[in-house]
Amino acid sequence: MVTVQESEYWRWPESIWVDESKNWQDAEVISCGIDLGSVSTQAVVMLDGELYAYANMRTGTSSAASAEKAVNAMLEKIGDMKRDDIHYIVGTGYGRVSIPFAQKTITEIACHGRGAVYVYGDKVRTVLDMGGQDLKAIKVDSRGKVINFLMNDKCAAGTGRGIEVVCDLLSIPITEAGQLSLQVDEEPEPVSTTCVVFAKSEILGLIRKGWGKERILAAFFNAVASRVVELLERVGVEPEFAITGGISKNIGVVKRIEDKLGLKALEPKYDPQLAGAIGAALFGRALYIKSKK
Amino acid sequence: MPVAGIDVGSKLTKVVIMGENKKVLSYVVMRTGTDHKKTSEEAFEEALKKAGVAREDIKKIVATGFGKISAPFADEELTQIMAAGKGAYYVRPTTRTVIEVGAEESRAVKLDENGNVKDFALADKCAAGAGSFVDAMIRYLEVTPEEFGQLALQATRAIPMNAQCVVFAESEVVSLLHSNVPKAEISRAIHDAIADRVAAIARRLDIQDDVLLIGGLAYDIGFIDSMKRELGREVYVPEEYPPEVIPAIGAALSAL
Repeated sequence: MVTVQESEYWRWPESIWVDESKNWQDAEVISCGIDLGSVSTQAVVMLDGELYAYANMRTGTSSAASAEKAVNAMLEKIGDMKRDDIHYIVGTGYGRVSIPFAQKTITEIACHGRGAVYVYGDKVRTVLDMGGQDLKAIKVDSRGKVINFLMNDKCAAGTGRGIEVVCDLLSIPITEAGQLSLQVDEEPEPVSTTCVVFAKSEILGLIRKGWGKERILAAFFNAVASRVVELLERVGVEPEFAITGGISKNIGVVKRIEDKLGLKALEPKYDPQLAGAIGAALFGRALYIKSKK
Repeated sequence: MPVAGIDVGSKLTKVVIMGENKKVLSYVVMRTGTDHKKTSEEAFEEALKKAGVAREDIKKIVATGFGKISAPFADEELTQIMAAGKGAYYVRPTTRTVIEVGAEESRAVKLDENGNVKDFALADKCAAGAGSFVDAMIRYLEVTPEEFGQLALQATRAIPMNAQCVVFAESEVVSLLHSNVPKAEISRAIHDAIADRVAAIARRLDIQDDVLLIGGLAYDIGFIDSMKRELGREVYVPEEYPPEVIPAIGAALSAL
């Protein structure tokens, strides 16, 4: 019925991890956070507020099944933990309402703020979450509490989905695109259109003009960075500044945002794509402790 | 002596040869492709041939759309707003509001009873209010543009399109197909979404009858239907000439 694309250049690697040095049976509070995004789903387990295991997978056509799949993959990796062993599960993200086994749902804004402080340390004040289908600029205090935020969720410009579309068009694996875009002698002008659909036609024109893929990616990421910086400046950027979400792994975008802001983004202590799920698990821990008092 | 109007658009290039008596002698529509200059040259030659007019007999050539950058042989340029207004008034003198939806742009132009442009509104930043939306969607639905328009009329209910962006709408359409929503309903939802965007541009003007829809999307009967519903009034399309040729007619008129 639907034409399946032969090439899958957009496909980024899924990952599952567990901290073998810890024994979950020793933990007092086992909390789980699930960030069900439009493009990717992350599940994490935290033992007394410390990261223990995670799974990062692509969201399928069914939200509930995607959440289930990520949690099961993580539990399988842990080995002997059952879902019932977890004291509290919090869902967040775009599809959070469709996680049947979550005790509570919390907005991804709150979770990314909270999670960013865990991933980047308590000095972080501005969090830029660059996800699959939206873009958020969040200001937080030292505890990760959200003070202010701005969001773009109406348009694919500056989102992960937009970057996937362009990588597919150029037949470049998405994990290599960032690095490749930095291999230009001179930074080209950004592509002139904001809209990803129009950018696609513009890029086709550049290909025909004989532009190399590095240069095209540089022009596209330059435009993405401009768009993001516009949003950041509206909310007001304060150092320290951090980027979460999938695009934080794209050095081509990150570097250009840093250059435009004249600020260096903080180095993450953990995978920055996990920030939302980590925030959710931390809220889960607090909620569980509160319920026992 | 006859004149010519050339409209180079992002998708199609249109040429009109017009006699001194304002009679359209010929028109040609060609895919713009990548080499604009070559296409505009070819389309012009073909239109001359169809009209039986020699190139040296053309008194003046006026270009609109991308303009002289894409048609360097033109003598003058005309804005797309003026071209749409003049052309619309020519084909339907009772027109007071022109709505043009092209492949990458849409615009609304307000006319007075003499065909003068009184006001206009534009949108060109987003594919959601332009013909590209349809091009992106028919691939997923595996239908021709004609079938796509027809399908919308067969829908028995209106389902909302949540995505505002064409890129996100693609994923939404894929999920709708997976959940076995009939193509007719999906087609109607897409047409309604485009009409919603385009109507928002038109509403920035004080809309008055008659409303004339021009540009490539005016071929799409599903879209015409959605526009009628969205605006709550009759929406006309050009009868004598293809809807995408109207601005080129406007350009030719200004060459007289």
